[in-house]
Amino acid sequence: MATLSLSDVNKRYDNGAHAVRGVDMEIADGEFIVFVGPSGCGKSTLLRMVAGLEAITEGEIAIDGRRINDVSPSECDVAMVFQNYALYPHMTVYRNMAYGLSNRKVPKTEIESIVRQAAATLRIEEFLDRKPHQLSGGQRQRVAMGRAIVRNPKVFLFDEPLSNLDAKLRVQMRIEIKRLQRSIGVTSIYVTHDQIEAMTLADRLAVISDGRIEQMGTPIELYETPATTFVASFIGSPAMNFLPARVADDGGSITLDEGPVLPIPAGALAAHAGRALTLGVRPEHLGEEGDDDPVASLEVELIEQLGADTLIYGRLAEGGEDLTVRLQGVRTLSPGDTLPIRAPWRHLHLFDAESGARISLG
Amino acid sequence: MKRVQYEHSIVPYLFIAPQIIIIAVFFIWPAGQAMHQSFLLEDAFGLSSQFVWFRNYEDMVWSEPWLQSAIFTVMFSALVTFLSLALALLLAVRANEVLRGARSYKTMLMWAYAVAPPVAGLMGNLMFNPLIGDLYKGLNWAGWDFNHNIDAFDATFVIVLISVWKQVSVNFIFFLSGLQAIPNSVMEAATLDCRSAEKRFWTITFPLLAPTTFFLLVINITYAFFETFGIIDTTTQGAPGGATNTLVYKVYADGFLGADLGGSSAQSVILMIMVLTLTVFQFRFIERRVHY
Repeated sequence: MATLSLSDVNKRYDNGAHAVRGVDMEIADGEFIVFVGPSGCGKSTLLRMVAGLEAITEGEIAIDGRRINDVSPSECDVAMVFQNYALYPHMTVYRNMAYGLSNRKVPKTEIESIVRQAAATLRIEEFLDRKPHQLSGGQRQRVAMGRAIVRNPKVFLFDEPLSNLDAKLRVQMRIEIKRLQRSIGVTSIYVTHDQIEAMTLADRLAVISDGRIEQMGTPIELYETPATTFVASFIGSPAMNFLPARVADDGGSITLDEGPVLPIPAGALAAHAGRALTLGVRPEHLGEEGDDDPVASLEVELIEQLGADTLIYGRLAEGGEDLTVRLQGVRTLSPGDTLPIRAPWRHLHLFDAESGARISLG
Repeated sequence: MKRVQYEHSIVPYLFIAPQIIIIAVFFIWPAGQAMHQSFLLEDAFGLSSQFVWFRNYEDMVWSEPWLQSAIFTVMFSALVTFLSLALALLLAVRANEVLRGARSYKTMLMWAYAVAPPVAGLMGNLMFNPLIGDLYKGLNWAGWDFNHNIDAFDATFVIVLISVWKQVSVNFIFFLSGLQAIPNSVMEAATLDCRSAEKRFWTITFPLLAPTTFFLLVINITYAFFETFGIIDTTTQGAPGGATNTLVYKVYADGFLGADLGGSSAQSVILMIMVLTLTVFQFRFIERRVHY
């Protein structure tokens, strides 16, 4: 059980690469934090700095208020689950799990009971005498988690632990990880590039881009009020639609660069008259039945039937911008059809065209 | 259905013929000759020979010089194998940790691989030359009354030094590639699990290197038994007084210098049996403990 705080953490490599730029973060006891971002954004580097596997160039990382910058990795009481499991191939499952404990001089009988209990929790009891190469991917992943939980660490670190598993197993393990973390209540950081994993696991998630935290908050906060176009495009699937637009000079409407004019509630954008915008709207909000009048029509090009949902790809009849629409249930549409588009005002996201920053409305 | 039947052709035999001929001419035939010779006793001028059953073997096994040479060979081989493996492992582990200038560092440690044993022997000969040899002078200057031409220990020191120096680079290459084959994340997981670097080495790194180590053990014992011939021939030539005679060198010295072809053949047959037994032993009892 521990709190974790990062203040102005930076990582620069000898070749000049600036991988992590001024990260500040406070993580509460028992919280499940997810770092999400595209590959190469610095999320794994940041995690490895918390683990003590990468030196901290600037700033401070503290667990329970104790600075761990110069503490050796085995002493700062963190446990890590690696992407490729990183099990010791020459040891049995039992010895893999017991290794860290015996190095800490825990008595043998105690190790035995801790390992057996963890194995029972993870349902790997029957594999204790096997070597890692005799196990399947999912079983290895469980052993890797077992090795982490037996140490009863202050902080749990996961580095893309599910990315080597097939899709079905990934969903199953995702649920197990969540359940495990809830039951032992240990502060955890989880790194992934998969936004669904990020959304489902996180208490709070941090979207990282180019070594910086773009936005941090609960999954729903990030979904409903993304701070930048980057966060907006990264959270939610399929990704948000973006359209270049401009606020009319009288502030009374939004004009898409090519195409329709969207009416807006009186006065909402008065302060932004004439400003260039990026208009964002999620696919699932475009086709809603409701009171709003259709503002445009979509020429359907491609349809994906998912059963519960139907994804429709097409372009605006007016202007020709590409757009994705998600409708609930099964729809019978075919390429060439025209679909009326509704865009309710409460679901529109406005971003500055230059900086990509969210324009918040009063 | 018709069964596919290839025409019998001599072409495949022609393809493997060069290999078979080389093995037959350079290995099987001489080995057969040696076995045959080991039962013969020749007269002093090599004009006639006589079939004497196992007398050559009896003479050899009970002769003091052969026993001395056998003991020397075992100790020499153990020493060369252990020292060249241990030094190479140490250097490889250290070189693997080097980040800056790693390439030139590694190249420096590898280049001796290309040196043939007799060349290494000749270089050693120059360095230990009593008139111009820097090592000879240095050791004497440092207070060691060193003279490998009259002292058995000093002579052993010279050939062990040269043999180990020559072999370290070979072992280094294999150990280094073995170390680089260990996944980085496994070492990182170990860093989180175990504080002591030394303990990590013995519990994680060394067991994972076991296949490499076992392979090198076999290679190095063979090297110490046979290939050090070139080094001994260019430096001590068995001197002083047969103190640095390995079994292989003694086979050569007795047969080609001493003209006792029968006795020398008997020695080489015994040597072959010894190495065969040793290799079987290694695969039976040591390989079992190796995790691949």
